[in-house]
Amino acid sequence: MQRRVRQRLTSRTATAAAVIIAVIWTIPTFGLLVSSFRPEDNIKGNGWWNVITDRQFTLENYADVLSPGGSQSPNLLSYFVNSLAIVIPGTIFTLVLGAMAAYMFAWGRFRGKDSLFIFVFALQIVPLQMALIPLLQLFTQVLKFGDVQLLPSGTYAQLWVAHTIFGLPLAIFLLHNFIAEIPGEVIEAARVDGAGHSTIFWRIIVPLATPALASFGIFQFLWLWNDLLVALVFSGGGADVAPITQRLAEIQGSRGGEWQRLTAGAFVSIIVPLAVFFGLQRYFVRGLLAGGLKG
Amino acid sequence: MEDIAEKGLQVVVGLAVFAAIIGLIMLVVDRAPKSGREKVQIAGFLAPALVLLAFGLVYPALQTSYLSFTDRNGEFVGLDNFVWMFTQPEALVTLRNTVIWVVLVPLLASSIGLAYAVFIDRARGEKALKALVFMPMAISFVGAGVIWRFVYAYKGAEQDQIGLLNQILVWFGQEPKQFLLDAPENTLFLIAVMIWIQTGFAMVVLSAAIKGIPTEIVEAARLDGASAWQQFTNVTIPTIRGSLIVVVTTITIGTLKVFDIVRTMTAGQYETSVVANEMYTQAFRAGEPGRGAALALILFLMVLPVVVYNARLLRKQKEIR
Repeated sequence: MQRRVRQRLTSRTATAAAVIIAVIWTIPTFGLLVSSFRPEDNIKGNGWWNVITDRQFTLENYADVLSPGGSQSPNLLSYFVNSLAIVIPGTIFTLVLGAMAAYMFAWGRFRGKDSLFIFVFALQIVPLQMALIPLLQLFTQVLKFGDVQLLPSGTYAQLWVAHTIFGLPLAIFLLHNFIAEIPGEVIEAARVDGAGHSTIFWRIIVPLATPALASFGIFQFLWLWNDLLVALVFSGGGADVAPITQRLAEIQGSRGGEWQRLTAGAFVSIIVPLAVFFGLQRYFVRGLLAGGLKG
Repeated sequence: MEDIAEKGLQVVVGLAVFAAIIGLIMLVVDRAPKSGREKVQIAGFLAPALVLLAFGLVYPALQTSYLSFTDRNGEFVGLDNFVWMFTQPEALVTLRNTVIWVVLVPLLASSIGLAYAVFIDRARGEKALKALVFMPMAISFVGAGVIWRFVYAYKGAEQDQIGLLNQILVWFGQEPKQFLLDAPENTLFLIAVMIWIQTGFAMVVLSAAIKGIPTEIVEAARLDGASAWQQFTNVTIPTIRGSLIVVVTTITIGTLKVFDIVRTMTAGQYETSVVANEMYTQAFRAGEPGRGAALALILFLMVLPVVVYNARLLRKQKEIR
């Protein structure tokens, strides 16, 4: 039976259309990958498809963008480390705080719960752009004891907090959908045994919600890694804190003609998200969409 | 190396402080006196998120709303910033572009994603085919900007082309074209990048939804003699409606806020700016926070109906439960 259904649905036109879409979606990235290994003169001289006849490859572009040489150097390694240092805590903070709140919205008993939940969901309405200026002022002018800033400029702290804040509404919403689907009997049984919320949360909810936590964590990781706007506003711009996306944008803006650096640089910047993506893609949507998406 | 050690230390300290805060909260909620324990526990779990949201989103939103009625010196100027927005030709172009973005991107990304999901459903090599189209989701907008600038690259007609699209034009005997410079179609070429990124998201979510359709329904429709197209419109679409709404909503909100693509590919020049980019330019580059805030407020008003619609759906679902 299965097989007959399959035959009917995969007509030749559909397959052809699918292949065309797949090719269009892949070629741009493939072209960049090929280019990043070509010598500078070749990149600037003719198109990457010429490698079919002219097979010259080099690692020089990568050596150039990664080396910590003079002030003109792209110095991407340092920014790469910054990206990791921003993204890992940023993701963990959002996951933990989001899951805690999601649990209470799903299983806590208090008045005004649903309204408060809808309000938090609706905060997605607030564009990042709207929050940036006041939040920056808050960090630099309000949150301090005397002259000491609680979240010092020129460190990752401001970026962590900003990313956590902006990630929370969606985290709470998606994790809530999953956590609310956990069978009530399990939680009731624990309650009868005298378990408090912290025990239930860490012993029952977190283990059972691991697929959802993992898949949201992956998405949050990708979003933070790929962010440019928050970084531009809160990093101050230097090699101390700024992430790789910001550096890449700078290279693109100031030296747009240096294709050999741009192509290699772009690949350095997308290597981590691509690795995360291909390594973990099977966890992606399954966990995330398990709850809440029923037609 | 020293540098990396120092950065690592910052991360470790950050994580330790966070763990200490969470540990403290758990300690407090566990040790709370029996009588009010439930309340303390609820507060303990919700407070960190709610406090952050209050300071990081609610307060800034109010602050920005106020800011949008002030000039660069912080003096109250009424509706001047909004008048500027709706009268200056450049600002009007920004608004027009944003509308084009928000109409085209969700529509095309969702339909191509849906078509692809249907085409490859249960085909051989489905996973690999999915990964190819989903891959751009993992690439930053900045990275995508580089990738596509390379596709659109322009050289004079007498030179070898290095951009694929122009090479194709040349192969067909056409003149090479300045894809990113010639208004108004350059906006469409930027939009193509966003569609390239978002289609994979739509495809994966909708594909999961299609797989969730009970086989009995499909089988019944098939036995009734429904053609592939009838199955699609009468069975598939109604069943995955919920997921479709989520997809369109998510892409719409993402599109309204799009910033990086425009910023890195044209920096908003050549009549390609959108509200989110213009907001950054005005507030952080031109020293006009009032205008920036006004643009942000407009963005807020544009997202409002989308989220209100979803919040109402959510409320309905909750009532059913």
